[in-house]
Amino acid sequence: MDTSQFIQRDETCWEIPAQGPMRVPAIIYADEKLLRDMDQKVHEQIANVASLPGIVEAAYAMPDAHWGYGFPIGGVAAFDPALGGVVSAGGVGFDISCGVRTLLTGLDMADLQPHKQQLADELYRTVPAGVGSTGRIHLNHDEMIAMLKGGALWAVERGFGVARDLEFIEERGCMAGAEPQYVSAKARERQKDEMGTLGSGNHYLEVQRVVDIYDQSLANVFRLKPDAIVITIHCGSRGLGHQIGTEFLKDMAMAASQYHITLPDRELACAPLDSPLGKHYLGAMRAGINCALANRQIITHLTRKAVESVFPGLHIDLLYDVSHNTCKLEPHTLNGQKRNLFVHRKGATRAFGPGHPDLPPEYRHVGQPVLIGGSMGTSSYVLCGTKDSEQRSFSSACHGAGRAMSRHQATHQWHGRALVDELANQGIIIRSASMRGVAEEAPLAYKDVHAVIDVADRAGLAKKVARLEPVICVKG
Amino acid sequence: MAPYWEHFAHEADMGIRGIAPTLEQAFEQAALAMTAVITDPAEVLPSEAIPIHCQEPDSEYLFLDWINELIYAMAVRGLLFSRFQVSINNGELTATAFGEAVDRGKHQPAVEIKGATLTELHVYQQPDGLWVAQCVVDV
Repeated sequence: MDTSQFIQRDETCWEIPAQGPMRVPAIIYADEKLLRDMDQKVHEQIANVASLPGIVEAAYAMPDAHWGYGFPIGGVAAFDPALGGVVSAGGVGFDISCGVRTLLTGLDMADLQPHKQQLADELYRTVPAGVGSTGRIHLNHDEMIAMLKGGALWAVERGFGVARDLEFIEERGCMAGAEPQYVSAKARERQKDEMGTLGSGNHYLEVQRVVDIYDQSLANVFRLKPDAIVITIHCGSRGLGHQIGTEFLKDMAMAASQYHITLPDRELACAPLDSPLGKHYLGAMRAGINCALANRQIITHLTRKAVESVFPGLHIDLLYDVSHNTCKLEPHTLNGQKRNLFVHRKGATRAFGPGHPDLPPEYRHVGQPVLIGGSMGTSSYVLCGTKDSEQRSFSSACHGAGRAMSRHQATHQWHGRALVDELANQGIIIRSASMRGVAEEAPLAYKDVHAVIDVADRAGLAKKVARLEPVICVKG
Repeated sequence: MAPYWEHFAHEADMGIRGIAPTLEQAFEQAALAMTAVITDPAEVLPSEAIPIHCQEPDSEYLFLDWINELIYAMAVRGLLFSRFQVSINNGELTATAFGEAVDRGKHQPAVEIKGATLTELHVYQQPDGLWVAQCVVDV
C-alpha cells in the first residue's frame, strides 16, 4: 500500500490519524517494505476497527497483518465496557483460541537423526491430522460440558498430561467465565469426534531444531539451547469454535441496528459487552478457548506417547502455550490509570512483559514466551514479552509470517509432491494426507517471517530469543 | 447461458461464486465452488442424499445459511457433496445435497472449511439477468 497515507511516528510505527468515523487512531507496526507489501485492505480494515464503539487508545495491526474478515488478521483492539465497548465475533475469528504450544524434548539433533523417519511415522500415525480425521476420544453430553468448563485442566484430570503442564499455559489451562449453555447443540455435535485432532489448512505438528539463539540469558530461562529438539503444535478449537464463530457472526451482524451500532462494514459484526448477545458470545467464546486448550493438551499427550515409543523414558515438558485468536478481559494502565479492558487479538499473540502476575514463576522475571509459527520449510521463532509492549500494543505481538499469496495462486505455482521432495532434500520430512494441501501451504506463499520478527523486535513488541527450523512436519 | 461456478481471490482464504439463470442454480453452483475448495467435485460420487433446510427472508443471509448448513453437514457426517437440488420460496430454502463419505486417498481433501463469512457476501441479479451468489469461506 501507499505509505504516504500514514504519519510515520518512528522507524516501525505508522499512524492513520483519527478521521471521519474513527474514534481513535490506527497504528500499523511495520518497516517500509512490509508496509508497502501489505494489502490496502489492511488500511481499510484497521481504520474501520478504530471506528467501533468503546475502543480505547488505538487500533493496532501487527507486522504480519493481512486482509481478514472485518478485523485484519494481525489486529489488536481493546474496548472499555464503561464506554459502551463491544465484543466482535470477527475480532476473534472462526478458529477461537487457535494457538501454538511448544514442547521441550531434551533431545538434540544427534539423538534424533538416526530415528527421524521412525518418529515422523509414529507422529503421523498417532496424531490425527487433515480433513476427515477423527479423534479416539468421543465425548458424551456431560463430558462435553465438563471439557468446555475445564479446558486443559479437564484434560489433565482425565489423564492427558500432568498438573505441571498447566503452569505453562495461558490462564493456567482453564479459561474462567466459560458458559457452555451458550454453545449451541450444533457446535457441540461438530466437536464430539474432533477432540485431539489437528485439523487442516495451516495447522501442523512440527519437530524443530533450535538453530539460532539471540539472547542467551532469556534462552536459558526458556530452556532452549543450540541444536535442541522441540516439538510445536499449531491448532485451535476445531469444529466447535468454527460453529460458535459462524453462529454469532450472523447474530451480531443482524442485531447491530437493534443496538444502534453503525457498522462501516457488516463483517465487523459486534455487540455491546453489556448486552445479552455480547455476554452470551463471551460465555460461548470462553468455552471455545477451553476447547482449544483441551485439544492441544490431548495432542500433547498423543505426542508424548509417539515420542516415548521411539525414545523410551523421555520426559517432555511444556515451554509454553499461547492463543492468538481471543478476546480477554485484562487490566491495562492507560495514562497512569488502571482500566479493565476487553482486548481482541485476531492473529496476534499476547506478550506480557516481565513482572506480570499471570506468568508462571519460572518466567515472571523475564516476560512471557511468545511462540511464532512458521510454515513447513520456514523458521519458527521464540520471542519474549517486553515491558514496552504494554504501551505499544496492549502487550501484543505478531503470530506468524502471514500469507503473501492466496491458496489459489499457490496451487498454480507449486505441486505438493515436488514440494515434499524438495523439502526432503533440505532434510525436512513432510507427512500429509493431501498433496494439494501441501501446495496451498507452500513456504513461499507466506511473507518473509524473518522480516516480520525483526520488526516485532525493533518495534519493542517482543524480544527475539531463538529461531527454530523444521525437521519433521505433520501437516493438517 | 449454462450455470457455472468460479473462485475469486482472498489473501488468506477463498471466495466462492455461483452464476446462473436462476437464484436456485446460483446457490447450487456456489456450493459446487465450495466443494472445489476442498477437492475436485468430479471425484465425488453423488450416492448419498442429505436434506437441507433453512429459512431467512434476506437472500444474502439465506445464502450464508445455505453454505453454513452444508459445511455443518460435511463436518458431522464426514461427507463431500457434488450435486445439489435447491428450491427457494419466500425465504425458505429446501434442498438435497448428494455426495459420498470422504475418502482421503481418493479425494485428497486439501483443507476443511471453517465457515462462510460475511466478506464479499453478495446475492444479486446482473443486468443480463444472471444471478450471482458469492462469499469468502474461511479455511
